[in-house]
Formats: sequence, C-alpha cells, structure tokens
Amino acid sequence: MADEVILLDLWSSMFGMRVRVALAEKGIEYEYKEQDLRNKSPLLLEMNPIHKKIPVLIHNGKPICESLIIVQYIDEVWHHKAPLLPSDPYQRAQARFWADYVDKKVYAPGRKIWATKGDEQEEAKKEFIEILKVLEGELGEKPYFGGESFGFVDISFVTFSCWFHVYETFGNFSIEKECPKLMAWVKRCQERESVFKSLPDEKKVLEFVYFLKKIFGIE
Amino acid sequence: MSKGEIVILDCWVSPFCLRVKIALKEKGLEYEEREEKELLGKKSDLLLKSNPIHQKVPVLLHNGKPICESTVIVNYINDNWPSPPFLPSSPYEIAQARFWADYIDKKVHDAGGNIWKSKGEAQERAIKDFIEIVKQLEEGLGERDFFGGDTFGLNDISLISLTSWFHAYEKFGNFKVEDHCPKFSAWIKRCSERPSVSQVIPDPEKVYEFVLMLKKMFGLE
Repeated sequence: MADEVILLDLWSSMFGMRVRVALAEKGIEYEYKEQDLRNKSPLLLEMNPIHKKIPVLIHNGKPICESLIIVQYIDEVWHHKAPLLPSDPYQRAQARFWADYVDKKVYAPGRKIWATKGDEQEEAKKEFIEILKVLEGELGEKPYFGGESFGFVDISFVTFSCWFHVYETFGNFSIEKECPKLMAWVKRCQERESVFKSLPDEKKVLEFVYFLKKIFGIE
Repeated sequence: MSKGEIVILDCWVSPFCLRVKIALKEKGLEYEEREEKELLGKKSDLLLKSNPIHQKVPVLLHNGKPICESTVIVNYINDNWPSPPFLPSSPYEIAQARFWADYIDKKVHDAGGNIWKSKGEAQERAIKDFIEIVKQLEEGLGERDFFGGDTFGLNDISLISLTSWFHAYEKFGNFKVEDHCPKFSAWIKRCSERPSVSQVIPDPEKVYEFVLMLKKMFGLE
C-alpha cells in the first residue's frame, strides 16, 4: 500500500525543518503544504486542535503533532533505513535528554535577541551563548551529537543554524568566534543533502525577520 | 536482564521524583532512595556531578550511570525493562501517548503553581485555566480506564504524580477538581489503588504544609 504523507509546515520554522530533515534522511516522499499562521486553515485546526501549531505530519490521514514526537514516529515507522535514535537504552536516554535540552533552552533567548533591545537583548545574548557553549561541550570531539552518525540530537539542533545569521546580525556577535567547534559541526551537517535541501537560505530568513519586526512594530 | 544497582536522587515532595518511583515499582524493581534537599537550595556533590546541566532531582543512577529528566528516566526504565510495557505497541499510538506526555509536562504543574502563587482575581483566573487543562485531559481519557488504555502506562504515571499536589491547590484556591471533572477524579482514585502509587505517594496534607512553607519562603502569603 502506498503511504500518503503530508506535512503542514511554515518555511521559516526551525521546528518544521526538523521533520523535513528526518523525512529526507529516510528518503520518504511527501506533500508539503505551506500554512498561513495568521489565517489558520481548517485542515490545520482539524489535525492539531489542541495547540493549533505547525508542524503536523499527516500519515495516511492520521495526524502526529510536536516536531520531536514526529521525528521519533518517522524513525519508528521507517525503521529499516538511517536510524535516528540509538538502539541502546542508555544512549537513547542521553539523546532524548539533549534533544529536550535544545527544545527547552534555545528558542526563547534566540527570539529575544532579534525581538528586543537594550538590557533585555544583552541578557538574552549572554544566555544564548552560554547555551551554545554547553552544547559545544557535549559535542566534544565527536563528528555528530549522535557520535559517528547523524541522528536525533543533530536534527533537533541543526535547524536553528539557518537562524544564526539573524541572531548574529541583531546581537552583533559571531557564533564562529564564540563556538568554533559548533560551527564546524554546522558546516558538516550542511553538507548532508537532507539538511541543505530542507533548510532555507539564511539571507531569506534575515529578510523575513526584518519584515516580522516591521509588522509587529518592533524596530 | 539483571537489574543492577538502581539509585534515585530524590525529594519526597517532588512529583517528578514520584514518577520515577512509581515506574520502578510497576516494573518490580528494587532501588535505593537518596534524599536531596535541592528544593531548599542544598545540592549534594553527587547531584552536581550526576546532573551538572540542570542540577535538579530526579536523577536515576543505574550502575553508577546517570539519567536525568523524569520523562526521559521513565522512558529509559521502560526501554531497559520492557515488561509490563508503559507504551502501546503501534508507532501511531506511541506518538499519541508522547503527545499527551508533552502536554502534561508543559501545562499541569505550572498551572497548579499559578494557583498557590497568586491571590484574588489573578488566582481566580489561575483556577479557571487549571480546570480547563484538567477538562482537556479528561476529554483525552474518554471512556478508558487509563490513559494507557486497558493498562496503566506512561501518562498515567506522569499525571498521577502531579495530582499529589492537587489537594494543596484545592485548599489554597478553595475549589474541588471533583466538582468540575468527576471522570478525572474517578481515574485518580483508580490509580491511587495501585500499590505502586499508594506505597510512594506523599501524604497530601504534608504536601500542603510544604507548599505553605514555600509561600512563606518566597514571601507570597
């Protein structure tokens, strides 16, 4: 039976990108449906009535919500190719811990860097760099967070990399300078087809943020 | 598989630590509890070494190797000792279970916290929000005995642990969950009858007294 896979997403969402990367790693064909979050479609509201957010994966008509849950689902259904989570329970727990860390920590200070000014922005920048340094420490000398192979934690974090240019521009700092090993990891991941095909151009993301700041009146 | 040495860095009143204890008991595993006074600002060297990132309980030490974050720990326990299972077998049902685990983690404890941390109109709003969340969960439960379906599972463990603070919310907010969500209350009673829960759940009055002490500590009386 042919699988019907649909992704409800927003091109600039680092959460939606996680799902795109996972689908690409597994070589799964799907229909991409761009969503307008200021005017939510009946399909989105029907498929994610609780949170009304993207991404939503619709597999043979059944919805799965929350990006990291979707990535795990993809890994479990299409388990015969490119495993994203380790099989050892302890290693799996470590992977889940770090993906949870990325989920809890990175987004909010990142957003404050471009959406605020003055002291609030400085605080956010400081916090953001601290978090990147923790992640760089966890990466250590490994090629990927998953060790030798690209996996769950890499997917959870690499999608923020197309927003780095935004944070650097508004925060006036260089992530390469602060965390050179992390940037080396970013470049390594971006060589993977699943990543460079799924992430938008960082200049486009920056333009989008200029536009957002204008419409929300945050100059 | 041999059980190995299992230690939990614990705090008697923490609903997150409670999740781990219930999970271990459900699997029939013996463990050692080491009480931490982390909530009162005193962290042991072992805690700081085992959980350098968050410096919080619970931490599970299995043969000396640490696992942190309660939901990660419960999933680890389930992966390492598969029987009885905490999750369904199909990927789609597992994803639904994880969705509710995420909802529970994001919403319940904070909403409850807003009740005891506030007064007057702000508290009224906090109670309203809290009841909405419990109603959503009640709807998610439907006609099933447990969130796990026929069997007590991941979300039953996660949520029953958080209900250990409900008596405190009810007392501070002068309301009763049962009046608004009778099916949910019936589920609480059903879960509380399980030895894995009744043997480890703290006395609700003691939890209330602890929260009263927290209010004093934070100057929120």
